[in-house]
Amino acid sequence: MLNFPIYLDHNATTPCDPRVVDAMLPYFTNTYGNAASRNHPFGWQAEEAVDYAREQVAKLIGADPKEIIFTSGATEGDNLAIKGVFEMYASKGNHIITCNIEHKAVLDTCKHIEKEGGEVTYLKVKPDGLIDLAELEAAIKPTTILIAIMYGNNEIGTIMPVKEISAIARKNGILFFTDATQAVGKIPVDVNKDGIDLLAFSAHKMYGPKGIGALYVRRKNPRVKVTAQIDGGGHERGMRSGTLNVPGIVGFGKACEICLNEMEEEGKRLSKLRDKLENALLQIEEAYVNGDKEHRLPHVSNISFKYVEGEGLMMGFNKNIALSSGSACTSASLEPSYVLKALGLGDDLAHSSLRFGLGRFTTEEQIDYTIEQVTNTVNKLREMSPLWEMYKEGIDLNTIEWAHH
Amino acid sequence: MAYSEKVIDHYQNPKNVGTLDKSKQNVGTGLVGAPECGDVMRLQIEVDDATGLIKDAKFKTFGCGSAIASSSLATEWLKGKTVDEAVKIDNMEIVEELNLPPVKIHCSVLAEDAIKAAINDYRKKNGLEELKFDESIVH
Repeated sequence: MLNFPIYLDHNATTPCDPRVVDAMLPYFTNTYGNAASRNHPFGWQAEEAVDYAREQVAKLIGADPKEIIFTSGATEGDNLAIKGVFEMYASKGNHIITCNIEHKAVLDTCKHIEKEGGEVTYLKVKPDGLIDLAELEAAIKPTTILIAIMYGNNEIGTIMPVKEISAIARKNGILFFTDATQAVGKIPVDVNKDGIDLLAFSAHKMYGPKGIGALYVRRKNPRVKVTAQIDGGGHERGMRSGTLNVPGIVGFGKACEICLNEMEEEGKRLSKLRDKLENALLQIEEAYVNGDKEHRLPHVSNISFKYVEGEGLMMGFNKNIALSSGSACTSASLEPSYVLKALGLGDDLAHSSLRFGLGRFTTEEQIDYTIEQVTNTVNKLREMSPLWEMYKEGIDLNTIEWAHH
Repeated sequence: MAYSEKVIDHYQNPKNVGTLDKSKQNVGTGLVGAPECGDVMRLQIEVDDATGLIKDAKFKTFGCGSAIASSSLATEWLKGKTVDEAVKIDNMEIVEELNLPPVKIHCSVLAEDAIKAAINDYRKKNGLEELKFDESIVH
């Protein structure tokens, strides 16, 4: 029995796992102490809960608990890592290397850095969504202090060559920061094996609560320091002040523990479902997967259905299926996804894309229904698409002089 | 953003989807928008030579639900009008009828442009001077 609506937008956010909620509840009403209250049992209990959660979080990424700085989420982690390194290592240099398909939290932070006198190189990704390692090496200057490249992309799910990137960073004595929001909890991420110096992630992308995340900051080989961006009581070893969100942290810890235990099996289950969905949808004429299919998160598929527009497409089933599109018909700029454009996709293909994000509670029945609905809607909309008609008549759309508006 | 019921109805049951023979002298075709912008509309009118009335109108649209609804509605309104009456259809009437939110006004503008382009194509084919329209709305 299918329950509607079906949620296939797990790259945007995930539901809280009921086990996570159960773990959190006592910390709202019974164990509500401030983890910084050192002189009474309420504080002690809260601190104990935070310590335990810190271990759970650290374990998921192979870190030491002392290397975990709790934040409000990945956006804050991105800001703290980039701005914090830029300020802390100002005497070493002012150059940062990132790439053009990073999340806005990284790109806009880099823009901010440029206004502050920093220099930023934005590497262009290849059509498969991965960076060119030779280009990365070529971009390094004596003033380079940080390489900021994401682990897994939020729109197309591609996984960057993190080990190779970190090796290049190491060799050149440069810090390596990765926004691993989409990857942690979904695929094995290990800060030591991967050679990561700073790593941002968030609970709500891995079945934990919203409003809590962490920044991993390496303590050994090398010891990394970041300048605090939020000043106050000196929490989190002075790197992030503010009363700890104890229920959030407890939930985050539980979410990490569940991911660690279930990741291997869940990854296999999801990639099997994803492949079923993808293979079925690729039976549709003129449908293309965006981004590298091999180096990819197990739960993501981004597909362009040429000659139909993404938002129009979603309208065919969005009462029953929740997903997102690279089309930006609702935005004032009318600009489609910058990630898809960075792959070299024409605007028309970018406008025609859907992102499927599967998750822990996605069933095969839901996937079967989605295949049917998407296929029917694509066919229906192509019947009313002038572009499809032209394509079928053999007209090259590039030869038409469009009235750009 | 939720769509109005009228937009949903036009999307689910679009009126007058199709293609008229553009080689016929009494058929005017307007193709507006661009694939890169995420919407392309093709709107066609067929004028009755004897009465001067638009006897048929068809559309095909690549775009969001509001763009599809705007063109579907436009074809409904065109039928039975004279060409001179059709020219007066204003995009804001479409906005009102479909309850389009501000971010979707460009869909109605596109529909108005498509009507005008179809009429001018018809006029050109029939030896009439093309009408000039003010570029009053930036979109």
